[in-house]
Amino acid sequence: MDDRNFTFLFYGFAAAWGILAAYVVTLASRESNLKRQIENLKRMLEDKETSKS
Amino acid sequence: MPRPILSSALAAAGGLWLIRNLHVVTLQLPDEAAQGAVYRNLFFHVPAWFTCFTAFAFAGLAGIAYIVRKRMVFDTLAVACVEAGVAFTLIGLATGSIWARIIWGIWWTWDARLTWALITCLVYFGYLMLRESLDDPTSRARISAVFSTFAFVSVAITYKSIEWWRTQHPGPVLDFRTGGGQIDKAMQSALYHNWGALMLIAAALVLIRMRQEDSRRELEALRRYVHAQ
Repeated sequence: MDDRNFTFLFYGFAAAWGILAAYVVTLASRESNLKRQIENLKRMLEDKETSKS
Repeated sequence: MPRPILSSALAAAGGLWLIRNLHVVTLQLPDEAAQGAVYRNLFFHVPAWFTCFTAFAFAGLAGIAYIVRKRMVFDTLAVACVEAGVAFTLIGLATGSIWARIIWGIWWTWDARLTWALITCLVYFGYLMLRESLDDPTSRARISAVFSTFAFVSVAITYKSIEWWRTQHPGPVLDFRTGGGQIDKAMQSALYHNWGALMLIAAALVLIRMRQEDSRRELEALRRYVHAQ
């Protein structure tokens, strides 16, 4: 049997797992980014309220 | 059950199921007589397409539900389903192209199925880009709901294209579409098992993405509040 069959089988599996992994990494980085931004805004609001009082 | 625990449980179950399926596909099933080992790509290719079709169907239904009920949770569900669906669409396109390189001798051809599959992928990329361009959450939800409802037409055409136009892409082989006799039972079973596993993983991704959309709305509300101060 043609060895390229196995090479391309590997490419196919690697592509499937790679795309899935890339999406999970994107989700994780977006999540940490969102959390950081929310924390920053909450801190900014607290600072504003403290300086007002 | 809280969403983080549920998404972790679904991802773990899906992952374990995939490992079991990989064992079956690589070590128990024989090579296909004409295609050799590379046909095993189809155990990801076909389930990935079924998974994205299911995700896009849920997005369409969520779109209709938003139009009728005007509840943000449906918009959240729709965007999460579309994003997960796009990831599985890319897997379907990539694995199909790699399989075609060996079996057809080409990476790509503009046959009916492949062209509609690409159009579907671009339509849902368009949905995600459209959302990013709309700042007002209510307008974004309303326009996205209409978009996701009508975008499903492209999914339906992609699904039926191998029956309507007999071009390069192989025709349907699964029993529920042909009435039986086109595919070995063990191979068909492995395909369904992988679809089940990918569906669990997709459900986990949808739950995670829904949580992020909630956080994004919280962030937008906080920004508006800060600007109003």
